[in-house]
Amino acid sequence: MKTQRWRLTFAKTEAMRFTGHLDLILTWERTFRRSGLPLSYSEGFNPRPVINLAAPLPLGFTSTGEIGDFWLSDTVTEGEFSRSISRAMPPGLDILAIQEIMQLHGAKLPSLVQAAVYQLVLEKNYPDLPERIQELLGVRSLLRVKKGKEYDLRPLIQELTLISPAGSVTAVLRTRLSLLPGATGRPEEVLNALDVDPLEARINREKIILKPVTPKS
Amino acid sequence: MNDINMMDSAQISAVINKILPSVKSPGRYTGGEFNQVLKNWNSAAIKTALLFPEIYDLAMSNLGLMILYDLINQSPHYLAERVFVPWTDMEAALRREGIPLYSLESKRPVVDFDILAVSLPYESLYTNFLNALDLAGIPLHSAERDDSHPLVIAGGHALFNPEPLAPFLDAVAIGEGEEVIVEILASLSELPENASRAQKLERLSKLEGIYIPSYYNPVYDQDGRFTHLDKINPAAPDSILKRIIGKLPPPPTKPIVPYIDTVHNRAPLEIMRGCTRGCRFCHAGIVTRPVRERTVDDILTAMESLIPNTGYSEIGLLSLSSSDYTQIIPLVDAINERFAGQNISISLPSLRIESVSVDLMDSLSGKRRSGFTLAPEAATERLRAIINKPIPDRQLLDTSREIYSRGWHTIKLYFMIGHPTETLEDVQAIADLSKQVLAVGKEIIGRRAKVHTSVSTFVPKPHTPFQWVGVAPIDEIQDKLDLLQSEIRGKGLKLNWNDPQETHFEAWLSRGDRRLASVIQHAWENGARFDAWQEHFDFDIWLEAFASTGVDPGFYTTRARDTDEAFPWDHINTGVKKSFLLEDYHWSQQGKIRPDCRGECFACGILPAYNDLRHINPGELWLCPEVTRMGKEK
Repeated sequence: MKTQRWRLTFAKTEAMRFTGHLDLILTWERTFRRSGLPLSYSEGFNPRPVINLAAPLPLGFTSTGEIGDFWLSDTVTEGEFSRSISRAMPPGLDILAIQEIMQLHGAKLPSLVQAAVYQLVLEKNYPDLPERIQELLGVRSLLRVKKGKEYDLRPLIQELTLISPAGSVTAVLRTRLSLLPGATGRPEEVLNALDVDPLEARINREKIILKPVTPKS
Repeated sequence: MNDINMMDSAQISAVINKILPSVKSPGRYTGGEFNQVLKNWNSAAIKTALLFPEIYDLAMSNLGLMILYDLINQSPHYLAERVFVPWTDMEAALRREGIPLYSLESKRPVVDFDILAVSLPYESLYTNFLNALDLAGIPLHSAERDDSHPLVIAGGHALFNPEPLAPFLDAVAIGEGEEVIVEILASLSELPENASRAQKLERLSKLEGIYIPSYYNPVYDQDGRFTHLDKINPAAPDSILKRIIGKLPPPPTKPIVPYIDTVHNRAPLEIMRGCTRGCRFCHAGIVTRPVRERTVDDILTAMESLIPNTGYSEIGLLSLSSSDYTQIIPLVDAINERFAGQNISISLPSLRIESVSVDLMDSLSGKRRSGFTLAPEAATERLRAIINKPIPDRQLLDTSREIYSRGWHTIKLYFMIGHPTETLEDVQAIADLSKQVLAVGKEIIGRRAKVHTSVSTFVPKPHTPFQWVGVAPIDEIQDKLDLLQSEIRGKGLKLNWNDPQETHFEAWLSRGDRRLASVIQHAWENGARFDAWQEHFDFDIWLEAFASTGVDPGFYTTRARDTDEAFPWDHINTGVKKSFLLEDYHWSQQGKIRPDCRGECFACGILPAYNDLRHINPGELWLCPEVTRMGKEK
C-alpha cells in the first residue's frame, strides 16, 4: 500500500563514493528500516521496497544533488519524517531537502531527468585550459567512440566553464551535460576531449535537472 | 619479495584514492561503512589489526572476526581495525605504488599495530595469509621478526592443527577467542613499554589456550613419521587445552553494514555453539563441543536491537544444526509473532531431514520458495551408519514429498564421496536416490520438480574419528565423479562437484606437519594465492612445491595412519580424548551407530576437561547430560 511519496535531495559523499546504484538502493532500504519509517513494498513473491532514484551516479563520483522518491505505507508528518530519517543516516549520505510529492502516482523520476551539472576538480592547472575550452565549444560536432559505437559529444555539452581563477594551482570546471536516454554526456569524455586524464579529476554531480511538471488540475 | 615503503595514513589515502577508480570493486578498500568503529589512535594502549585473509566480500561475513572486533572495541583501552587482502588487481597496484597493507578504518599500515590477529577457519587461506604478511612488510618467519613488528597471533578452526603454519606464527590461540583475546590484551598492556618480543611471548605462553610454536621442535622417525615434540622452552606446557566459554555472551548487535554486495547480505546471529550429533567426518562437531545454547529471550532481545541497528532485512540464525536447538519451534513462533509485517526474513541453515524442518521453513520463508537443502551425506543406509548420520531412505523420501507439496520446486541434496569403505555401488546409489527424490517431486508438481545434487569429496580431518583414514586417490575420485556425471543427467537433474585436485590440496594441509610450511611458502612464492577460488587454484604450483622441497604429498593424503601413530596435532587438546575418537573409529568399522549424546554421555572427555567451567554453568546451559561420576574420570 502506497500512502505517501517523499522526495529527498541528498548528497553522496566520500564514504559512499564507490557504492554502486543497486547497493545504494539497498543502503536506503536499510536506512529506512533503521529509521522505523514504513517503506512501501511491492507485491509478489519477492517484495521490494518502492524506491525510485532519478539517475544512477557513476562509481567514483560524489554528488551534492541526488534525487530520490520513497513511498511509505503509512502517513507521517514532515517533522516526523525528517527526525526519523536523520537519526538513521549512514556516513556517506546526507539529506539536503525533503519534500512531500502530492501526486502519489505521478511521473516517475527517471522519466523527468533532462540534464546534470558536474563540478570537475583537476589535480593541477593547465595554462592553456581556457583556449582548450574555447576550442571545444567552438566546434559543431565532436565524434567520439564509446563501447565500439560512434557518437557526437558536442551536442550533449550544454555548458562548460572554467570557474577557478587564472593562475590557481588546481583547475575547477563546471559543465552541464545532457542526461537523457540515449543522449548521456559523461564528464570523463569531456575531460578526454580537453586532453585531460579523467583519473586526475575528482568529479561531483551538483544538480540533476528535471523537466518541470505541470500539476494536474 | 617485499619492497614496501613505510607510509603514514595520509600518504596511503592519497595514493589509494588515485588507484581505486581503476580497480575492480573499489568499495572493498575504502572502509567507512555504517557501524564502523574508528577510535582515537593514541588513546588505545594496545592496537590490534584483525586480519581475515580473503577479499572484503567474503571477509565481512566472518562471524569470528566480527565478534572480536566488537569485543575489543567495546573496551576503552584497546582498539581493533580490519585488514583484508586485496584482489589480484589491487595487489598489483599496491606493489607497484609501494603501498603497504593497511587497515580499513584508519588506513594505517599493519606494522603500526601491536598485534596482527589472523582468523584462519580453513586451510585454503594459508597462502593468502603469507601474502598479507608480505604486503604488510612483516617477515614471513616468526624467527626473523624484531621488536618493530606486530605480534602475529592466529586462531580459528584450521589451527586445531597449527603445525603447517608453525614457523609463520608467533602465537596461536586455540579454541574460542572471546575470553582469551581480552587476556592477551591485558597481559601485554601490563608489560613495560620496552618489553622485548621474547618477553611478550613468554607472558602470553602463561595464558591457557595459547600455543607458542617456537617453543617446540618436532621429531620424526627414520620413516619420516612424526614421533613427538621436543620442548625448547622447558616451561612450555605439554599440551594446550582449547579455550571455551562456559556461557555464550550476548551476541554483537552492531555489526558493520557493508556498502557493497557481500556473500551474505544479512545480520548473523549465533543461536547455539557445538553439535552432539557426532557425524564422524565432521571437524566442527568435535572442536566446538560442548553444545551451548542461547535462550530464546536472548535471541529475541538481540534481534530487537540488530534490526534497528543495521537495517538488515534478513537475519541468519546460525548454528551447526538448527533443528537441534531445543527451543527451535518456540523461537520461530516468537519471531513470527514479533516481526510480522516488517518484511524481515529469517534464514535457518542445516536442518535435519524430517518433516518438522519443512514446517519450520514453511513458517519462516515468506512467499519465496527457492531451494530446500537436505544433506544426507551418503546415499546408502550402510554408509550412513559408517559416517554416523543415520537417516532411513524412507524418511528422506517422505521429507522430500513434504517439501514439494509445500511449494518448493527444487531440492538440493548434499553428498560426499570418498567415505571410508565406499564402493561404486554406494556412489551409484547417489544417482539412484537423486532420481527417486525427483520422481517424488514429479508425482506432486510434475515437470517443474528439480533436484540439484552437490557432491564434495571427503577430506579426513584432525581430531575426528576419521583422522586415521587415507583420502581417496585422485584417479579413484575421478572414476566416481565420472560415474555420477554419466548417471545424473536429464531434465530436472543437476550435478555439482569439486575438483579432486582441490580435495588433495585440502588433505595435505589438514593433516600436515611442520614440513608443510616450506611447501606452502614455496607455493606462495611461485604465485599461489586464493586457493579457494577455482580460477586461481593451481595444482601444478603445489606439486612443484612438493617436488622442490623434497616432501612427499602422498604421505599426507592417501596413507592410512596406524592406530598407534602419534599425530603432529596431538598436543592440541580439544577436550575430546584421542581414545574416544579411536573407539568411535572402531565403531564405524563395525557399522555401529553412536546416538546423539544429549541423552546419554559417552565420556568423550569434554566434561572432565572442563569440570570447573561446568560447575559454574550447571543445568541446561550445556546440553551434556548430568553425569554423576563427573570429575572422577581423570
